[in-house]
Amino acid sequence: MTTMKKIALGALCALALATFPSRQALAGIPIQHWTQASGARIFLAESHAIPMLDVQIDFDAGGRRDPADKAGLASVTAGMTPKGVRAAAPLPAGPGPYPAAMDENALSEAWADLGASFGAGAGDDRMSFSLRSLSYPDLLAKAAELAARQLGEPSFPEAIWLRERERLNASIKEANTRPATVAGRAFAAAVYGDHPYGQEMTEATLARIGVADMKAFYASLAPCRATVSLVGAVTRAQADALASTLLSRLPQPAGGCAPLPPVGEVAPLKAASETHIPFESAQAHVFIGQPGFKRDDPDYFALTVGNYILGGGGFVSRLTAEVREKRGLSYSVYSYFAPGLHAGAFTLGLQTRPDQAAQALQVSREVLAKFVAEGPTESELKAAKDNLIGGFALRIDSNRKLLDNVANIAWNRLPLDYLDTWTQQVDKVRVADIKAAFARKLQPDRMATVVVGGKP
Amino acid sequence: MKRLFLALLGGFAVLAWSQTPPAASPPPAPPVVEQFTLPNGMTVIVKPDRRAPTAVHMVWVRVGAMDEVDGTSGVAHALEHMMFKGTPSLKPGEFSRRVAALGGRENAFTTRDYTGYYQQIPSGRLEDVMKLEADRFARNQWADEEFRKEIEVVKEERRMRTEDAPRSLLYEQLNAAVFVASPYHRPVVGWMSDLDAMTPDDVREFHRRWYVPANAAVVVAGDVDVAQVRKLAEKYYGSIPARAVPARKPRLEPVQAGIRRIEFKAPAEQAYVALAFKVPSLASLDTPSADSDDALALTVLAAVLDGYSGARLDRALTQGDARVADSAGAGNGLIGRGPQLFVLDGVPAAGKTPEQVEAALREQVAKLAREGVSEAELNRVKTQWVASEVYKLDSVMNQARELGSNWIQGLPLDADERLIQRLRAVTAEQVRGVASRYFGDDQLTVAVLRPQPVDKNRKPRTPPPGFRH
Repeated sequence: MTTMKKIALGALCALALATFPSRQALAGIPIQHWTQASGARIFLAESHAIPMLDVQIDFDAGGRRDPADKAGLASVTAGMTPKGVRAAAPLPAGPGPYPAAMDENALSEAWADLGASFGAGAGDDRMSFSLRSLSYPDLLAKAAELAARQLGEPSFPEAIWLRERERLNASIKEANTRPATVAGRAFAAAVYGDHPYGQEMTEATLARIGVADMKAFYASLAPCRATVSLVGAVTRAQADALASTLLSRLPQPAGGCAPLPPVGEVAPLKAASETHIPFESAQAHVFIGQPGFKRDDPDYFALTVGNYILGGGGFVSRLTAEVREKRGLSYSVYSYFAPGLHAGAFTLGLQTRPDQAAQALQVSREVLAKFVAEGPTESELKAAKDNLIGGFALRIDSNRKLLDNVANIAWNRLPLDYLDTWTQQVDKVRVADIKAAFARKLQPDRMATVVVGGKP
Repeated sequence: MKRLFLALLGGFAVLAWSQTPPAASPPPAPPVVEQFTLPNGMTVIVKPDRRAPTAVHMVWVRVGAMDEVDGTSGVAHALEHMMFKGTPSLKPGEFSRRVAALGGRENAFTTRDYTGYYQQIPSGRLEDVMKLEADRFARNQWADEEFRKEIEVVKEERRMRTEDAPRSLLYEQLNAAVFVASPYHRPVVGWMSDLDAMTPDDVREFHRRWYVPANAAVVVAGDVDVAQVRKLAEKYYGSIPARAVPARKPRLEPVQAGIRRIEFKAPAEQAYVALAFKVPSLASLDTPSADSDDALALTVLAAVLDGYSGARLDRALTQGDARVADSAGAGNGLIGRGPQLFVLDGVPAAGKTPEQVEAALREQVAKLAREGVSEAELNRVKTQWVASEVYKLDSVMNQARELGSNWIQGLPLDADERLIQRLRAVTAEQVRGVASRYFGDDQLTVAVLRPQPVDKNRKPRTPPPGFRH
């Protein structure tokens, strides 16, 4: 058992929203980008020090495209891709090393035998696949073929889905006994209303999902819609061939990919709301927030730097200083933005002993309101820049971290020199920019508040 | 160490992989690790890795929850928190502000066996964090009022990690039942009443007693030069006065002679069962012993049962029409300062009982004891270990963590490489042997979580302490 002093949650959320890269370290690692004949966009950062390769393939097939009555469809569809593949279709390149139909066990054994892994998952915006393999040519070739089979020819076996659904239902019921789950759900509903970002997978939505729904949903995946990011010990030519292999078993629509239907935007909150849910637990869970901003917002850097000061900078944030350090009210208190294709939530969160919930809520609100009204001080801004700019290299000092950054650039269509200019963008932010950006994005008098398990 | 990569390549050759690395891409530069001891007894371990202009700096102290005594459980962890509260020259919170200003990230961790502190920094800032860390190691100092606030934070941490997490509570109870004399009996975070009763001087005394140079190791990995690190270590850590490491009482666990069962009720939906078998641990990589061989074979056994999705437990317990579990797992402790356990666990499927899961888990071990393990399974788990040795090179942080925890356990610098070699040498017959010898009733403790409805009128598990303001 390990007990950590500080909390990962706030830090993780902060990182998830801002995948920061480093000019310094990037100087030696340029990002190469090209588009294949299929339309697939390829992004590569070569890194030859270790004989390994990481690949991420992203599609616009995240949870925001779930039908409302089948919330969770993207997620469970991705989760079913390792559960079996059909017999391989005959391709000009031949059947490859894995021609036969494989069940879930045959697949996982094959991956284990390669010492490689291939994962799939869906977030709000993307369905993502990630391959990690050693880069020795024979091994990598096999791993790419196996990944192509899994990506392009999943069988979605019905019996396995029925089993997985039972397991998911059981884990949903279990999670519902936790105050954090109850609070998170109430908060998502209060912030997002009926926008897909707020849709929750439940037993009811799972009951409506069948393998036919998965196959239909999965049909939008095509090479022309793929974004492929690679980091590791391969050359551009190898990466190009590898990407072709990975996508070779996904059907390409005749005539190319039509645009996918647009998804509506998150509506701003019209009024403040406050939800108190009784719960018998050792801690009350508190959330305050509202819709935030989209990833392509011009205020991105001002909001990122500002939130570092407010509640993102771990031990040195204002929220941590006021709620934890000065008053000992909470082990974990944080704020973060979650910008995506739509305005993901601004979230301020904490947990505290039930009888302290009201006090912690009041302190947090005061900190937030003051920050939005007045912005940071010059010295706070300097401290934030010292950390963000000074620590820039830490954001890309492994292949894994670099891949996050390359995929971020690829997915969000950021300039290829995004990493080279990142520290300059941070450095340009002024106190007035943060104050103005927060005033534009956050309305403390119209936020949603959720308290689960608070006691007077 | 040069041997690391040779061993890996050798590993590829014996496994089913026919290919050799292409001549065109030379193998990575061999990682070099150096270790030396300062005159005051402090150990310094340096592993240069020049892939990025960053470094990680850690201090590992060979003191954890197992070095506490009854009545002050949780003090090792509370001290870890208080280490951020100042020195004669640093105000509370100033340590973290300084590290942040250097562009750094930092944290700390406490386990049964050790306490660790780390900063990840741009490599040019190494001297600054070494100076800061040496200062608080030697001169941690704060006012009582700082402790009174921080212990409330620690209690919130306990509420979050344990009190509202039924399976964490179950494991707290399980450890308390498995270990009678061993200090592993107590939870790392501490019993709530011990946290309520803890005093500032309990924490100061623990620091004074255990934070002595000969009981700690500095680990630096990343874009650094060994000679430079040595100079800085001598300057900042070398000036800390030497003191004797306190004697440790053995507090050996008496032999268990008969099955123990505990039942635990908590608000939850899913039941859960854990089976903890007392097993030998790997005492040394240098001195051969039957116990160490068995500990290694038990680790291979755990991997055969649960080393990849679709391994034996998954397949037998969670698949098919008659499946009894939603999940099932196996793990072997292998290494530690205290006694080790082999744990089987599972979550019953809807309509199934913990007893059915318990029987199914034990049947899988019995089956393996009867029928043995296939070479394909054995090779599969070994292949994964060999590959993971390459993947782990991607993270300087993980490499430093490994070096630190090996030092805590008294293992040599090349322990991981040698461990993989030893695991690769484990035979099918050895795995079958341990499966047949260590899974009887006498060394077993079974813990069952019995889910209860969330009761609106339930009394708090821990009465609220007197308000501190």
